[in-house]
Amino acid sequence: MADPLSIKVNGRDWPVSASPDTPLLYVLTNEFELHGPRFGCGLAQCGSCSVLADGVEIRSCVTPVAAVANKSITTLEGLPAWYAEQKGLSSPPTLHPLQQAFIDVQALHCGYCYNGMTIKGAELLANNPSPSEADIRKTMNGHLCRCGTYPRVMKAIQLAARTIAGGTP
Amino acid sequence: MSAPAAQALGQAGSRLSRRKLLKAGGALIVGFSFAGQATAAPAAAAARGTLAGPPDPERIDTWLAIHADNTATLYFGKCELGQGNTTGLLQIAGEELDLAMSQMAAVRLDTNVTPDQQATSSSSSIERGGPQVRAAAAEARQALLLRASQKLGVQVGSLVVANGVVSIDGEPNRSVTYGELTGGKPFAIKFTGTAPRKPPSQYKLVGTRVSRVDIPDKVTAKYVHMQHVRVADMLHGRVVRPRGQRAYGSGAKVKSLDESSIAHIPGTRVVRRGDFVGVVAEREWDAIRAARELKIAWQDPPPLPDQSHLPIVLRDAQSTDTVVVDVGNVDAGFAGAAHVAFARYFSPYQAHAVFGPNCALADVKADSALVLSSTQDVYASRKMLATLLGMPAERVRVQYYEGSGTYGHSCYEDAPQAAAIMSQAVGRPVRVQFMRWDELGWDNYGPAQVAAVRAAIDGDGNIVAYTYDGWQHGWHSDETSTELALQKTPPERSAGSFSIIVNRMSTGSMYRIANRRVTSHAVPMAGLLKGSPLRSPLDMALSFASEQTIDELAFAVKMDPFEFRRKNMGDTRWLGVLEAVAKAATWVPAPAASRRSHAEVVTGRGIAVGTHHVSYGAAIAEIEVNTRSGTIVAKRLYGALDCGLAVNPALVENQIVGMLVQATSRMLKEEVTFDHNGVTSLDWASYPVLRFAEHPDCTPIVVQRIDEPSSGAGEEVMGAAGAAIANAFFDATGVRLRQYPLTPERVRAALAGRRTGD
Repeated sequence: MADPLSIKVNGRDWPVSASPDTPLLYVLTNEFELHGPRFGCGLAQCGSCSVLADGVEIRSCVTPVAAVANKSITTLEGLPAWYAEQKGLSSPPTLHPLQQAFIDVQALHCGYCYNGMTIKGAELLANNPSPSEADIRKTMNGHLCRCGTYPRVMKAIQLAARTIAGGTP
Repeated sequence: MSAPAAQALGQAGSRLSRRKLLKAGGALIVGFSFAGQATAAPAAAAARGTLAGPPDPERIDTWLAIHADNTATLYFGKCELGQGNTTGLLQIAGEELDLAMSQMAAVRLDTNVTPDQQATSSSSSIERGGPQVRAAAAEARQALLLRASQKLGVQVGSLVVANGVVSIDGEPNRSVTYGELTGGKPFAIKFTGTAPRKPPSQYKLVGTRVSRVDIPDKVTAKYVHMQHVRVADMLHGRVVRPRGQRAYGSGAKVKSLDESSIAHIPGTRVVRRGDFVGVVAEREWDAIRAARELKIAWQDPPPLPDQSHLPIVLRDAQSTDTVVVDVGNVDAGFAGAAHVAFARYFSPYQAHAVFGPNCALADVKADSALVLSSTQDVYASRKMLATLLGMPAERVRVQYYEGSGTYGHSCYEDAPQAAAIMSQAVGRPVRVQFMRWDELGWDNYGPAQVAAVRAAIDGDGNIVAYTYDGWQHGWHSDETSTELALQKTPPERSAGSFSIIVNRMSTGSMYRIANRRVTSHAVPMAGLLKGSPLRSPLDMALSFASEQTIDELAFAVKMDPFEFRRKNMGDTRWLGVLEAVAKAATWVPAPAASRRSHAEVVTGRGIAVGTHHVSYGAAIAEIEVNTRSGTIVAKRLYGALDCGLAVNPALVENQIVGMLVQATSRMLKEEVTFDHNGVTSLDWASYPVLRFAEHPDCTPIVVQRIDEPSSGAGEEVMGAAGAAIANAFFDATGVRLRQYPLTPERVRAALAGRRTGD
C-alpha cells in the first residue's frame, strides 16, 4: 500500500480516504463537507465546482484528487484568508472584497453559480487589479449563470476592483 | 436578541446526525439544527414538527409566533427560489405588525410545520401569498393591541406601535412589548375576519428597497442548498436511464440488466422497481461509476418524429380546440381592412436547464418517510410520494431546501421520487443527485408551438381585427420515476384546462381591437416530448408571433413601432410601461428598417410588450447583426414592469435583469434537440445557454403603483424581451425571422433568401 493520500485545503492538511482517481469535488463535499464547490455538470463546462490550486482556478469535478497532492487548494471558504495572504494583511477580512461587492449590488438569485463566480472573479482580480469590461467578459466566459445575473457579476467585479485599489478593506 | 431571517432560512447544519433524527410519533423527523445560531425560530419550528400538516389557515399560530424576546417567527408556504420572496413576505408581515426586519425570521417549508399556500409558481408569492400573510399579521396585531389596551388601560385607538413596542400615543414611557404580551405563548385564537389592514399611504417598510435576507449566506459558503445536505448512514444514489428521454408515453423498458457488471465497484447495489433502475453506493464517485458501467439494454423506443418536421406534426395533429377569446366579428373586421399581415411562427422545445441538477434525500421506513427536496409545492409532493410509497400522506414528511434556480417544473419532483424508491428498497437514507444528462435529458420541457397570426389595420392605422391560433401540447402528469416504477402509461393532460396556456393576455389584449379571436389547438403529447410550465409558460412563443405581427402593421403604415403601439392602446397601465421603457431608452421615433446600413455589422432596435397573466411588461432591445457570420449580439436591453404595488422595488429590478438575460438566451440560443430515439441535447455543449461574454447590458424599470394590488414579477418581461430582439432584427436587416432561436445558421439563411429574393 502506498502512503495514505493527504491534500492541503485552505491551509490545512487533510487525510483523504477516497481512491486517488476520485475527482477532487467529491472529496471536498463528502469527506470535508465543504459547501463552496458544488456539482453542476461533472464535465468542466459550467464552473460551479471551481477551486483555486496554487492560485489557479481549476474544475474540481474532473480533477483526480491525486493530481493536487502537491498543490495548495483554496475553496470559497478559504478565500478571505487567501486574499489576506496575497495582500500581506495581518488577519483575513470577514469577506473577500468581491463577496462584499456581491452583497452591495445584490447580485444573486439562487446563488448556486456564485462559488465559481467568486473563485474565478477573485483569481481575475489577483492577476489583473483593474480589468476592463472586455477583460471581465473574456475571463468569466467559462462560468455559466442560468438566473441571468451576469450584468451584476460584472458590476460587482468592477466595484471590488475599486475597493481593492482604494486599499479597503 | 434579534433573529436575523437569514439564519433560520439558510443555516441548518448540512450534516444532520442520526441523533438529531428524532423519533416522533413513529415518524423520523429532522431536528431543526441551526448550526449553533441560538435564535427562537428553530425551537419554535421544532416544537410544531410533531404533527402532519397542513395547519389550520384560519389560526394566527399557523402563520407566526411572537417570542418572549420580542422577536417573531414567520411560517410561509411559499418557498425561496432565489427570487427574494422571503424578504418580500417578511416586509409585508413586518409592515402590518410594525416589526423591524431584524426582529423576524422565516423557517424553511415543511409539511409538519408550514401552512399550505399551494405551489410557489406563476409568480404568486406576493400576488396571492402576500394577502394571506398580510391578513394573518393584521389579525395578530389586532389581538396584540387588544391585550395591550387591557394592560395599559386605554382604548386601542390611543395605542401606537414601533418595533414591536406598544405605547400610548404621546406617552412613550407607558409601553409594553409584544413579547411581554404573549409571554412566548401561542395566540390560540382563530381569525376574526375584522382585523384592519394598514392603508398603503402609511407603509414604511413595504415599498422600500430592503436587502435580501438570503444573500449574505449565499456569498460565503454558509447557505445550505439541497445539494449540500448529507445525513449520517446515507447512501449515494444515481438513476440509470437511457441518455435522453424518448417519445412521451413510452417510458423506457428494460430489455436486459446484468447486476454483476458492477460487482467490481465496492459497496454498490442495483435498485430496480418495474422499469425504474438506480444504483446506490457508500461513496458518491462509486455511485457515478456504477451508473455509468452498469450493463443494461433498453427496448427500442417508438420513434420520435424527425425534428425538422415538428411544425408539420403539431399543425396536422388531431387537436382539441378551445376558443379562448372571441369578441366582435373578426371576418367582418378583416373584410373592411386596409392592410392585413399574416404569418406562421415556430418556437422550439426549451429546457429549464437547471444549473445545479436536482437533488433529493429520502429516508423511508416501514410506515413513514422523510423526504428533503427542492419541490415548489411540499404538500403536492407529499401526496405523490405517498402514492408511490404506498402509505398515507400523513406518514410522509416533506421538507424544502432551495436548490439551483429552476424557473418552472424541472425535475424537482422526479429526484425525490427516485430517492424515495431507492431508500424504500435498501432501508437506508439515500441521497440522489441527478447528473447533467439526467436533468437536461429527462426534463419536462417548455412545449414547442406553431402559431398562425393574422392582424389588420384600417386606413388610419387602427388595429381592426386580430386572430391568434396556437398548436401545442400541454403538461405532463406523472413524474418519470413514477412512470417507470409503476410501468404506467401516463394519462393525457393536453386538453381542457391545459389549453389555456395560449393565454389571452399575451395575444393582443394590450391593444384596443374590436374584433379578436384567440384559439388554442391542444395537441396530444403522446409520441412527442414531456411538457411542463417553463418560466412565463408559452408567453415567449406568443409574444414572438404576436408582437412581430403588430410590428408588421406599423411598418405597413410607415409608423414608428412605439408610436403605433401607443396609438392602439387604451389602458393606462399598458401605456405606462410602454412609455417608461421608451423614455429609459431615449427612443427617437422612426419607422422600423428605415435606417439600414450596408455595413457587415448592422444595428437595430426593437420594442415589444407582453405579460404572463396579470402584470404589464415592456422591453426594448438594441442589437448588432453580423451579416456575414449571422451572429446576433444583444448589446443592451431595457425592461419595464408594472406589478402593481412593488413590495420591494429592488427585488423586482433584480427579477427584470434576470428575465432580460434569460429571455436573450432563449431567443438566441436555446433549443432541445432530438433524433428518432430520444433527446440529444444533454450538456452545455449540446444545449448552449447565453454565456458571460454574450450578455447584454440591462436596464430595469419598475413602474410603482402603490394603490394597485401586487401582481407577479418573475415572468412578465420574458415575452416582451424576446419579441423586442426579433423586432430589432427586422429593424437592422429588413428581414423577419419567424422561428427561434435566432441562430447564426437561421440568420444566414434568412439573409441569403433576401439577397436572392431582392
